[in-house]
Amino acid sequence: MDRYTEQRLFGALARASAALVVAVMVLVVAVTIVRGGIVFLTDPAIAITPPGSRYMLEGDGGFLHAVLGSIFIVGPATVVSMILAVSTAIYLQSDYSSERFSEVVNMFLNVLWGTPPIVYGVFVLTVIIAIGARTSLFFGIVAIAIFQYPIMTRYTDEALRSAPDTVKEATYGLGATRFETALMTLRAALPGIIAGIIMGFARGVGDAATVLFTAGRSTNMPGGPFEPATTLPVLIFDQAMSFNAEVRSHAYAASFVLIIVVLGLIVVSKLLAGRYARYTPGGRHS
Amino acid sequence: MTNAALTTENLAVTYTGNREVEAVKGVSLEFPENELTAIIGPSGCGKSTLLKSLNRLHEIQPNVEITGDVTLGGRSVYDTDEPVPELRKRIGYVPQKPTALPLSIYENVAYGLRIHGECESKAELDDRVESYLRKVNLWEEVEDRLDTPGAELSTGQIQRLCLARSLAVEPDVLLCDEVTSALDPISADQVEKTLESLKAEYTIVAVTHSMDQAKRLADEVVFLYLGELVEANDVRSFFENPQNERTREFVDGSRPVEDDDDSNSDSEPTTASVSPGR
Repeated sequence: MDRYTEQRLFGALARASAALVVAVMVLVVAVTIVRGGIVFLTDPAIAITPPGSRYMLEGDGGFLHAVLGSIFIVGPATVVSMILAVSTAIYLQSDYSSERFSEVVNMFLNVLWGTPPIVYGVFVLTVIIAIGARTSLFFGIVAIAIFQYPIMTRYTDEALRSAPDTVKEATYGLGATRFETALMTLRAALPGIIAGIIMGFARGVGDAATVLFTAGRSTNMPGGPFEPATTLPVLIFDQAMSFNAEVRSHAYAASFVLIIVVLGLIVVSKLLAGRYARYTPGGRHS
Repeated sequence: MTNAALTTENLAVTYTGNREVEAVKGVSLEFPENELTAIIGPSGCGKSTLLKSLNRLHEIQPNVEITGDVTLGGRSVYDTDEPVPELRKRIGYVPQKPTALPLSIYENVAYGLRIHGECESKAELDDRVESYLRKVNLWEEVEDRLDTPGAELSTGQIQRLCLARSLAVEPDVLLCDEVTSALDPISADQVEKTLESLKAEYTIVAVTHSMDQAKRLADEVVFLYLGELVEANDVRSFFENPQNERTREFVDGSRPVEDDDDSNSDSEPTTASVSPGR
């Protein structure tokens, strides 16, 4: 085979793989948007209507309980996880941590990132049983926060690592303290950190396995931090298995809401990151 | 020689990573006040290391060991209770790569003033930012876009912004690490002019890879070779009458080869690198 045939062959292979991936993605998104969109747009109120007493059986009412559950679980989880992740990443990149220690921690974070979310769910469930508590919104927050932590830490760590060393040098050179320099490095890494936090939120809001065993799969409105709750992905999981066509159609509507939220978040993260990237050295081009 | 603003005594810097490298070997020097001292020498001979050790900037990287001492105005830089940031405020540093802090143009200059809490009012801050931007001849170019990101300026403008930023904390000494090496000739020229004008007020120590630049800018020249101090002298004696054999070779190596009688010492030394012994 001559070199140019070889080149064409690999080019075709690369294009075919890309086309396959894009096709699958377009199919999933399109089916969700079309089927979910039809259900949702004919009755958008289902997203803000509390479930009826026989909601899971006959689909009376809406899925406000899951929308609120998602917000109440993933919101606080993201905040907690973000604080922990940013602190960890700063520590790993600072002069306080040895290179060896950072390497080991990063390896563990990679393992955690690759751990299936169901494992976190089961882990938290074990804790719940051990301390004699019951599944609730609170433990959903705990499970999601644990799930998001490695994702956000790795993103933040990567962003800080790629922030130019010269920013650090220049800041120290002006007589800044370690803390002031860390803040400046953080600022330089802001586009990457924002992307990481929003990715963490998006992953958290879309994950069912972690909350499946921990939040309680409630079919009622969330009653408080120590009452059972549910989230959109868990609701979709439950509804999709229903015998009732009406309930199954609600699963599509809920998927539609979820996918729009995640797409929206990704767009917001791009816009925000782009805004801050103007301030980072060479940021215009990245 | 006038008063020495900054002196080093037997300063040695060793990197103690996987491989131990003695980057600066017992250098004793005096940097005269309000003059520009150029540190020259081949790549990897410890120029930047020496420069960074003058304000303890190498301390931000791991595995560096230092012996000897640096004194600023008679006071030790290493053996002191003063917090290092205060010290770095008096010995400013401009990095080789033009680096805008991730802030607006205005805030880049104001940053040092803010962290040291120097300005009481917004008006005072405005004034000082303007005056430093004027000092580096950047004001006219940026006055109508002070709130845009510093990173959106051209490389040459960013380097002048860096100078203004360093000047804003009113250092006694300014350390410049090859500040023109990343710039195009026109920007480099502007930065050189700025340095030239700053000489009167500040003690400047500048690492440079360009012999011509040293000739144009410096009052004193320090020649470093493999971490050792070979020769330090005022610029005229250094280039016209080098005392050391190695200095002579280094200085000659950068001169245009005198292949005919009317040698033009101002021409670019482009022929130098290809001529000897080929």
